[in-house]
Amino acid sequence: MEILFQTWPWYVSGFLIGMVMLSLIYFGKTFGMSSNLRSLCAMSGLGRKVGFFDFDWKAQRWNLVVVLGAMLGGFVAVHFMSDASNVAINPKTIAQLTQLGIDAPNGKLLPDALFSNAVFQSPKSIFILIIGGILIGFGTRYASGCTSGHAIYGLSSLQLPSLKAVIGFFIGGLIMAHFILPLIF
Amino acid sequence: MKALKYIVVGFIFGIVLTKSEAVSWYRIYEMFMFQSFHMYGIIMVAIITGVIGIQIIKRKNIKDFKGFPIEIIPKEPGSIRFWVGGILFGLGWALVGACPGPIFILLGAGFLPLLLVLFGALFGTFLYGVIKDKLPH
Repeated sequence: MEILFQTWPWYVSGFLIGMVMLSLIYFGKTFGMSSNLRSLCAMSGLGRKVGFFDFDWKAQRWNLVVVLGAMLGGFVAVHFMSDASNVAINPKTIAQLTQLGIDAPNGKLLPDALFSNAVFQSPKSIFILIIGGILIGFGTRYASGCTSGHAIYGLSSLQLPSLKAVIGFFIGGLIMAHFILPLIF
Repeated sequence: MKALKYIVVGFIFGIVLTKSEAVSWYRIYEMFMFQSFHMYGIIMVAIITGVIGIQIIKRKNIKDFKGFPIEIIPKEPGSIRFWVGGILFGLGWALVGACPGPIFILLGAGFLPLLLVLFGALFGTFLYGVIKDKLPH
């Protein structure tokens, strides 16, 4: 049982993520999280004003249910399946983060510097989180997919467009982590 | 009851992403700094599992649970959209350490600042919908 509380190894986790995608394919669906953002926009009635959101989002309700399940899973995993040994990242990474003024994990999933409730009092943190969100929302729709739709589903079905997108994800991520984050923090 | 199977699959997805720490800002940073194999291992094993599964489905002509043929949905053609959209998403991914799945998973776990990320992501999606026709794809 101890293993449930520790960090799950990459080979177990990767296999299970692959099986989640294959289950959805077996249910006659596809695997992609970012399209839910479009559905949520459509649900709010934007389809009357913007053509891109004028589609049958009700046919995508199953995916919103997957998201709901994922939220429940996140709740259970964080509150009932965690222990202090979690998020044991490379000590070199911790040292670099300390230099940037970002707190070490010590079992936490997220740094307080960006995700404690104190950020609601910090205009800079609010700005960072919203800008990050905009890049994610705009980028995934422009590229028509995110890590699940392109990196996992797209590459698993050997599609060239997904390879371009995934290379793009890493170019953007490397630029942010190596050159922009040090300027922000 | 049709919804139950999607809840269950989503539930497992949420637990796996949390317990593998793929939802962790730290793990994403560590990955982009090339200081751990963990995230690369997860992504590679997920793809290998997917490639093998999809090949089995294709070769054995496996039907879905309702008996319909399984079709893999092809991505739209184009190039610029994948490069530029991909890079923009990558910038956001490394900044807030979450892709769309983890945004929802972390919100479910009770990390309220993710509300700001979700708000941004919905606004970004809206923005794309508005200027889509003016963009090269």
